Amino acid sequence: MNMELSRRGFLKAAGVGVAGSTLGAFGFPELEAAEAAAIRPFKLTNTMETRNTCPYCSVACGIIMYSKGDLRKGETAEIVHIEGDADHPTNRGTLCPKGAALKDFVKAETRLKTPMMRKPGSDKFERVSWEQALDRIARLMKDDRDANFIATNQAGVPVNRWTTVGFLAASATTNETAYLTYKVVRSTGIVAFDNQARV
Amino acid sequence: MTNSWTDIRNTDLVVIMGGNAAEAHPCGFKWVTEAKANRGAKLIVVDPRFTRSASVSDFYAPIRQGTDIAFLLGLINYCILNDKIQWQYVKAFTNVAYIVKEGFAYNDGLFTGYDESKRDYDRSTWEYEIGPDGFAVVDDTLQNPRCVWNLLKAHVATYTPEMVERICGTPKDKFLKVAEMVSECSSPTKTMTSMYALGWTQHSKGSQNIRAMAMLQLLLGNIGVRGGGMNALRGHSNIQGLTDIGLMSNLLPGYLNIPVEREADFTTYMSSRAFKPLRPNQTSYWQNYKKFFVSFQKAMWGDAATVQNDFAYQYLPKLDVPAYDVLRTFEMMHQGKVNGYFCQGFNPLLAFPNRQKITESLSKLKWLVTMDPLETETARFWENHGEYNNVNTASIQTEVIQLPTTCFAEEDGALVNSGRWLQWHWAGGTPPGEAKHDTWIMAQIHLRLRALYEKEGGPFPDPMLNLTWNYKDRNEPSAEELARELNGYAVETLYDPADATKVVLEKGKQVVNFSVLRDDGTTACGCWIFSGCFNEAGNNMARRDNSDPDDTGAYPNWTFSWPLNRRILYNRASADLQGNPWDPSRKLIAWDGTKWAGYDVPDIAPNAKPDTVGPFIMNQEGVSRLFARGLMRDGPFPVHYEPFEAPIANVIAPKIRGNPVARIFQSDVAQFATSDEFPYAATSYRLTEHFHYWTKHNRVNATLQPEFFVEISEQLAAEKGIAHGGWVRVWSKRGEVKAKAVVTKRIKPLMCDGKPVHVVGIPLHWGFTGAARKGWGPNSLTPFVGDANIETPEYKAFLVNIEPTTAPVAV
Repeated sequence: MNMELSRRGFLKAAGVGVAGSTLGAFGFPELEAAEAAAIRPFKLTNTMETRNTCPYCSVACGIIMYSKGDLRKGETAEIVHIEGDADHPTNRGTLCPKGAALKDFVKAETRLKTPMMRKPGSDKFERVSWEQALDRIARLMKDDRDANFIATNQAGVPVNRWTTVGFLAASATTNETAYLTYKVVRSTGIVAFDNQARV
Repeated sequence: MTNSWTDIRNTDLVVIMGGNAAEAHPCGFKWVTEAKANRGAKLIVVDPRFTRSASVSDFYAPIRQGTDIAFLLGLINYCILNDKIQWQYVKAFTNVAYIVKEGFAYNDGLFTGYDESKRDYDRSTWEYEIGPDGFAVVDDTLQNPRCVWNLLKAHVATYTPEMVERICGTPKDKFLKVAEMVSECSSPTKTMTSMYALGWTQHSKGSQNIRAMAMLQLLLGNIGVRGGGMNALRGHSNIQGLTDIGLMSNLLPGYLNIPVEREADFTTYMSSRAFKPLRPNQTSYWQNYKKFFVSFQKAMWGDAATVQNDFAYQYLPKLDVPAYDVLRTFEMMHQGKVNGYFCQGFNPLLAFPNRQKITESLSKLKWLVTMDPLETETARFWENHGEYNNVNTASIQTEVIQLPTTCFAEEDGALVNSGRWLQWHWAGGTPPGEAKHDTWIMAQIHLRLRALYEKEGGPFPDPMLNLTWNYKDRNEPSAEELARELNGYAVETLYDPADATKVVLEKGKQVVNFSVLRDDGTTACGCWIFSGCFNEAGNNMARRDNSDPDDTGAYPNWTFSWPLNRRILYNRASADLQGNPWDPSRKLIAWDGTKWAGYDVPDIAPNAKPDTVGPFIMNQEGVSRLFARGLMRDGPFPVHYEPFEAPIANVIAPKIRGNPVARIFQSDVAQFATSDEFPYAATSYRLTEHFHYWTKHNRVNATLQPEFFVEISEQLAAEKGIAHGGWVRVWSKRGEVKAKAVVTKRIKPLMCDGKPVHVVGIPLHWGFTGAARKGWGPNSLTPFVGDANIETPEYKAFLVNIEPTTAPVAV
């Protein structure tokens, strides 16, 4: 590869504002236009910046997500780039091989997009609506709780425990999700309640 | 972490043992590099493998997995014998001088009170002598043979450098070099930090691994100081937060406890939670337990939690076993005693031990609900993937409902990092397809259940029907509303107890922090330790002032650190009995004659006199515990126990297998192997290019580390005829995997008790969904046994066999 050329090309592209006007001043306006057309526009132009933290390990590096469209204005927002947040005291802009590839998680082909149901014995998932899925879940829970809820022990002490259904919570969810999950699960009497902290 | 990631820059010596921060926490490890470059700090790595952390260390010592306690007690023994103790700190801030009850003893690997049939101890002798004044008896001269110092000295005497070498396989000269470097940190102006992770927790004695290092750190005077501490490098982004909020079988938010059956009423429940100080003038902060408990009940059930009904005490379930932890739950499932199960962002088919048992258990469920942003193996446990998931689909009668959730990029809220910082983040992208927030899903489940109970009735619906649900949009509580509830608010207008005309806080306002919570039902607070995170000053978790006065590493105005925005726990211990910093260059707080002040929020009452009130305010003693009383199930001191599957017998107590009080289910006993059948010592770990089973869904990470492999030494490869890059079959008494072999110099055989021990390393990132090649995880092989105190499965030390094989059949 011709390193000379490629380096010169890079320098020209990087300094296009100055170089362009210089070329123009020297009397080569068509060259200036050709130069500008050959350069890919800066991909983060006109994107929205949103502060977030990396969802993987507990270093919790600061990240900046760039999106086309502004969620806060009610627009559809498509994340086009994620990078380290240089203002963050812990990572100061650095990311590891996982954090640096976060956009690939957000846009992974195996992201789930619709509720699915697998019938007993079936070899496939079938699409269901949210209403169908949630109604079914509530029905299954209610029927099992009604049948198996333990209100008192043999000594007559209220124990209000439901042991035949369990709930595993996720340690990548927010505190706020965790707290709402806690409220909903605990209020049913479920005791087989745990999260990744145990493993 | 007692400290924070950014505080690691202040250390003189980093000990990475039970973890591999350079690999698993790369951007946090940067602070080790900073300390090395700017302070001349040293890094010691002790690990069975020459890891990425080891490759940049100043000193590396090999150790056999599962023998950390022998190594650490060996270090304590060395410090005692060479008088490398921070004596002023130890005498003032630990229970070294406390007298232990007559009758307590330790012999042949067991403490007093062991009952083999129950696999449990009667711990009544593991207590202090209590004097006529009701306080613990102490002997400041340390002459009493029953004082903690003399008991500790005798307890660790077994762990000589020769014994450490025999058990751990660490050559004596290497152990002594580590001991020498560590012991130098007994100087009040030299500090060591411990960075550990699942390499210490995932053992049948994981809690005691950590205790052993904590004891060493106390003897060196390294707790509560800048650059010191016990720093658990937590695995997931919010595993700290989920634990803090108590999403565990036996917890309420803020480390309060779910009642057990014998606590039939609230009075009985509170009777064992008075937390009376065990020494004069001590804080014993848990004396406020009732305020936190009642405020939680008010947050949950509002007006339905009244003085008359003991603040809805009976709305909480009561446990008949210590906990329905995941191992117990899957054992119950295996017995057909569980009908339905929810997995919210959790992939137990690859995360829980003995995969065959997990598959069989899930197959016995009537229904399974999964909630995840990505495909998981668990949601598809019924799907046949040839060798990779060889199930009989038609015979599995489990109904599975898979719900798509949003990911981090699409939601607002806070995560708690390892250093206890609650950092708010904002949604920036639109969720794909019909994916929904977990909060919406949980709300929908609750509202539907509520409607069904309202319509049809059923057993004890009160806790559901009366659950506080005053959200603007009932269908989707906002992150802000939930954060405000976690912080807490005044249910009634609060008046000053000293002056009833003076209003402290008006009804409905956010409490400033947990110091104003009350036990009479006039305050509500979802999680007391988070209180202060979202008060009338606003969302403190969203603060982004990254200034760091005098470069202490505290960043006091960056987000919010629990508790009370305190950055270093036990920071009162950074100063001596006059209140002056042990090391003026590491000042955190100091006593100015009337109050404590400095760079951090004092971890003590601001006016608590330095020579009177001890720094360990959560303990009834006011000091820290070298002797843990009866608070650990497996002993007041750590003891070396072998893993349940070990290549050698326990040298110090040959009759004891594993941890003698770890719970084992009868159905698993037959599946524990001996080294005759399975000669090689296996361990599991993470790689820097992957995060558990998520990143195999990313093309970038799936390209960086595309394929499952195991690591073995050149010696084992030669013995077994295994080629570098060739296929091997690795099997345990519970299952098998096939992998490419990485033959490496980074693993070397260890000589333990005269026998060569080969280590097999098994990373954990592959399954049968995603963009990477199909593979297995170590959980196909690992035993179904957990830590004696908290039931964390023993993933880090187990036995396998290995042989060359051919590639798996493609599906």
